[in-house]
Amino acid sequence: MKFIAFLLAALVAGPAAAADADLQRQCGECHAFEKPADATLDRLWTRKGPDLWYAGAKFNRAWLVKWLQKPTAIRAGGVMWFKHAKPGEPRDTIDPAGIAPHPSVDAAAADKLADALMTLTGGGIVDAAAFKPEGANLSMGKLAFGKLRGCTACHQEKPGTGGVSAPELYDAGERLQPGYVLAYTKNPQAFDPHIWMPRLELTDVDLQRITAYVASLKAGE
Amino acid sequence: MNGFMIAVGALAGFLLLGQGASAADAKIDHASRLYDTYCAQCHGVSRNGKGVNTVGLSVQPRDHSDTAAMASLPRDQMVRAIREGGAAVNKSALMPSWASVLTDAEIEQMADYLLYVCKCGKP
Repeated sequence: MKFIAFLLAALVAGPAAAADADLQRQCGECHAFEKPADATLDRLWTRKGPDLWYAGAKFNRAWLVKWLQKPTAIRAGGVMWFKHAKPGEPRDTIDPAGIAPHPSVDAAAADKLADALMTLTGGGIVDAAAFKPEGANLSMGKLAFGKLRGCTACHQEKPGTGGVSAPELYDAGERLQPGYVLAYTKNPQAFDPHIWMPRLELTDVDLQRITAYVASLKAGE
Repeated sequence: MNGFMIAVGALAGFLLLGQGASAADAKIDHASRLYDTYCAQCHGVSRNGKGVNTVGLSVQPRDHSDTAAMASLPRDQMVRAIREGGAAVNKSALMPSWASVLTDAEIEQMADYLLYVCKCGKP
């Protein structure tokens, strides 16, 4: 009986393990699939891509499959914005010449990589149930995101408007799981102790509103 | 012999001063790195308030290279703004609290660094 259970477990784990090997081979040069033991400021400056050890709690699978086949720039300033910033008037600008485009894969590979990424749940760092969509108030969320809490200083809620040092959020509703948006906004340093998004002292009401608004953003709207 | 002692004393003094200078330089270098990571996105790579994120800001960030304006800013107010955010010193809430990423020692170093950047003539 124990042997049958073991065999079943091996059969279930088999394809996932193979996918993980593909993920490591194709994406491991730039992305971390395990929580880094050396999460230093220097590491933040030298890493080539965002960490993916919590990708399964962060992304929507359908978005991953689509994006991996036809990647678009999510970070206008690159992985580490300062490396591409140049001084100027009336303000500093990002030089896109040094920002390498993300490689694309075919549909079959995208499907497999998405499966592998969705297994990386970050050890429970995201509580998916923390977001309560029933209380969502999008107009208050938009106000909090813009004027009241200043999220637009670094994030774009519409293409071409807002800051460039952080990921764009104008298609966040397609890309991100609401529970991740809430968890990251609540405490960015839980994901990386040195990341340049500050932890704002937000009330739960504010967190819910901002998350609902970000989760409502879709490309082209 | 006296000449030799003076020479040894001078050398020791020179080395000690050198060590002090290099420790101060290391603090400045670290603060500069922190500034590049967290502050320059709004306050600019040239520390002049013209960062890449200023395009949509309703209030423009402080120009840390402005010697006259920075000289009138008490150091403890700088520390408080960095630790608690702009609203804590009656300035814009767009300046967030950085206490979640900077240690108390790093915030103090940052205040020293700002005084170094603005050439305000304070320590």
